[in-house]
Amino acid sequence: MSVRRLAEDQFQPATFAFNAENAAWAEATIKKYPEGREQSAVIPLLMRAQEQDGWVTRAAIETIADMLGMAYIRVLEVATFYTQFQLKPVGTRAHVQVCGTTPCMLRGAEDLIRVCKSKIHPEPFHTNADGTLSWEEVECAGACVNAPMVTIFKDTYEDLTPTQLEHIIDRFEAGRGADIRPGPQNDRIYSAPQGGLTSLTEDTGKPPLQEALLGKWQSAPAAAVSVPPANAGKPDSSAVETNPALKTPADGETATSDGAPVKRARKSKSTEELPASSEAPVADKPKATRKKKSEDEQA
Amino acid sequence: MAKLKVDGKEIEVPDHFTLLQACEEAGAEVPRFCFHERLSVAGNCRMCLVEVKGGPPKPAASCAMGVRDIRGGPNGELPEVYTNTPMVKKAREGVMEFLLINHPLDCPICDQGGECDLQDQAMAFGIDSSRYTEDKRAVEDKYIGPLVKTEMNRCIHCTRCVRFTTEVAGIAELGLIGRGEDAEITTYLEQAMTSELQGNVVDLCPVGALTSKPFAFTARPWELGKTESIDVMDALGSAIRVDTRGREVMRIMPRVNEQINEEWISDKSRFIWDGLKTQRLDRPYVRRDGRLQPASWADAFGAIKAAVSATTGDKIGAIAGDLASVEEMYALRELIRSLGSENLDCRQDGAALYPVLGRSTYLFNATIEGIEQADALLIVGANPRFEAAVLNARIRKRWRRGGFPIGVIGEGGELRYDYDYLGAGTDTLSDFVAGNGSFVEKLKAASRPLIIVGQGALTGVNGAEVLANAAKLAVDVGTITEGWNGFSVLHTAASRVGALDLGFVPGEGGKNAAAMVASMDVLFLLGADEVDFSAKGAKFTVYIGSHGDNGAMNADVILPAAAYTEKSGTWVNTEGRVQMGNRANFPPGDAREDWAIIRALSDTLGKRLPFDSLPALRKALYAAHPHFAEIDEIAAGNPEDVIALSKKAGKMSSSGFTPAVKDFYLTNPIARASKVMAECSALARNNFKAAAE
Repeated sequence: MSVRRLAEDQFQPATFAFNAENAAWAEATIKKYPEGREQSAVIPLLMRAQEQDGWVTRAAIETIADMLGMAYIRVLEVATFYTQFQLKPVGTRAHVQVCGTTPCMLRGAEDLIRVCKSKIHPEPFHTNADGTLSWEEVECAGACVNAPMVTIFKDTYEDLTPTQLEHIIDRFEAGRGADIRPGPQNDRIYSAPQGGLTSLTEDTGKPPLQEALLGKWQSAPAAAVSVPPANAGKPDSSAVETNPALKTPADGETATSDGAPVKRARKSKSTEELPASSEAPVADKPKATRKKKSEDEQA
Repeated sequence: MAKLKVDGKEIEVPDHFTLLQACEEAGAEVPRFCFHERLSVAGNCRMCLVEVKGGPPKPAASCAMGVRDIRGGPNGELPEVYTNTPMVKKAREGVMEFLLINHPLDCPICDQGGECDLQDQAMAFGIDSSRYTEDKRAVEDKYIGPLVKTEMNRCIHCTRCVRFTTEVAGIAELGLIGRGEDAEITTYLEQAMTSELQGNVVDLCPVGALTSKPFAFTARPWELGKTESIDVMDALGSAIRVDTRGREVMRIMPRVNEQINEEWISDKSRFIWDGLKTQRLDRPYVRRDGRLQPASWADAFGAIKAAVSATTGDKIGAIAGDLASVEEMYALRELIRSLGSENLDCRQDGAALYPVLGRSTYLFNATIEGIEQADALLIVGANPRFEAAVLNARIRKRWRRGGFPIGVIGEGGELRYDYDYLGAGTDTLSDFVAGNGSFVEKLKAASRPLIIVGQGALTGVNGAEVLANAAKLAVDVGTITEGWNGFSVLHTAASRVGALDLGFVPGEGGKNAAAMVASMDVLFLLGADEVDFSAKGAKFTVYIGSHGDNGAMNADVILPAAAYTEKSGTWVNTEGRVQMGNRANFPPGDAREDWAIIRALSDTLGKRLPFDSLPALRKALYAAHPHFAEIDEIAAGNPEDVIALSKKAGKMSSSGFTPAVKDFYLTNPIARASKVMAECSALARNNFKAAAE
């Protein structure tokens, strides 16, 4: 664990809004709690915001604080306390969470981490060049019997070998993560003994569980996800050279007079710049902000 | 009441006591960092561990365990707590060792050194060496405002500052982010705190993580002379301790006074001290050829004598300023009267307060402590947050207990508690007096309603009418009952109640402050800087005061006087509590104590005042006004006066109440001379959006 801070300003989108479906869900979630206790919904709402955007943005923290009538610092306390909340942009197609706790470590988690380092980025929480993948080491994800394992989104991939993990990462990078069957990646059924049952082996007259399960999975259509590569992870320093407000020959736009990074208004409630859907909300942000600023200056 | 044994000593304590309080009651000292009597219980420093017999076989955090939570023996034996067993000693040593793992060993350069809880307790409960060889944690320092300096390596995460700002100050701005070893105290995105009470986190911090920024690296606590005194920045008269080194005031700290400020003081009271060193008048000045030029005392007195002898008594007047003490106002009153004048005024803002109406018409009759007994509150033309920040914390304390409807007529704004905004001015008040409005019902339903009338409502053309109407409303809703007088005037000037008690107001045929500025031949200003000098017609003005401010700029003769830390004086706070401040240091240069200047001047003018020393002055003062002798007591006003006043209520013309304090940080000449206050004021004007560095 290390000190957790909000992402730098250059990554932060100007605004956050739940999309229509999530907004309805959020309203229902807040209603679950008695009047005056709406603040209890802060963790579910933050988690939903993360599912929508991939990570918890400052705008999301402030929007949720306003929704629940909380002080911003109180939501920030929650968001920084739980390591499940990603405070910096993660890979848009997969964020690989490798379990590194004792059972997984004994069964080869270190090899999996090596795969992540070579295929994604040498450092955790950094995205690869395209911004599509990132990884981190997490504490026990509760699949010790099937160690080693990784978690990607809400699915776990267990009994992994480095080769299998490479394959999984490749599929996710291609946007076809749904091709991979979650769960054990060998012949194990759930957490049953490897190589088949060793007890309760009597013939029950029903088809063996394994076939039933695998058959069902294989027949399911695998839909390709099209997620455009994100720019989110690219500028990795707060150096002057990477300041998006700087005038460059490439875009021909003007910089602010003092060369300061373009900052958004702290409590802006405008949502017009944000695409309503969850599609790569991060990717468009810097440009949109820049454009608005230059318009302001002309005015 | 619960009975228990502490270290074998049997005691009986109230049920709501924690084990820690019970141990203190029994005389056993329990070390603590996070526990604080006036804040909620956090139980996170674990320093207060004790052994509980019959409880689980582990040390218990005494601050978080109630006396009712422990059981006695099977045969009716009393529950037992031990604070001196080997288990307790070992547990505390363990906790201390953990705390010191990440605490830097920088006591030699730490401003908290010498008054540090961790230092003291490490001496008592720590061990002499460290077994920790790994790297220590390093934490970035945070910007949380211009008053509080942070050194976050030293933080032990007691969260007292977070609890204070959230619970007492009413700003949810400080927080503990991260977790475990990486926990850090910060404000959201390192914005400056917005509270007027934020300086108190410096006192609360048990280590050197939060220290006073203006005081940083200037002095060590043990080399400072400590003088207990009274604050004059607002009309509360908070208890303070002035720390001096040589002639210099180094800092100002609060003292505990349950009846007024508990143990908090406002930022203006605490950080004003740099204003005591700048813009000081340290020699007499006389205006020659349109310019103020340095002069000797004799020249200055000579110029005054010439001006006084050239006019008649009815063209001589005096205005007392907001920081003046009772003694000097008494001396000045005697002098002016002996010159044959009744032109006296202490109400620079023109507030319609008249001593002839009776003392209870201008006192905060409910008392500050009484706010906690009130069960409904109407604020008329006051903004307690700026006019009396510590009193506002007391209102918030009452409000947090619940069942305390608060209504505001006036400017409104953020007050640190929820309230019903009822209206802006006299129209709403007359509506209320007529019995309309649902808030009147709430006041009537309350058994101890409180009505706070601010100076903002009493100035302007309607002042007298507003006071009478507020009194009528107070009487109508039943604020005056046996043992309760909820009609409370909130003052903003430390000198005001004392001056009204003295009768420092226009006498028979006398003129008020505004008229005096316009028409006097000779006008004495006793530290009066808040008067509007734009319509000045006074021919010859004498300014007796400490700072070169509005008054001195408009003066023809300046007599340099002492500031409030440089004289012994009596001040009467808004409740009517008489308090005496003590001299902590000496006035600079040729400046003298005000009463002595007036006494010397009286000699020059041939009207020698009958006292040669402060005790003699006080003897005469106490003979004329006996209640000034009752230090720290309130001579309660007669509620009948309020009832009599209420009968005078007439029709008010329509107007809004103006805020009495426009800029909290710049209300008096000392504050206007203070760089720290100027910085705070600029930050507040900019809505706390200043850059971090």
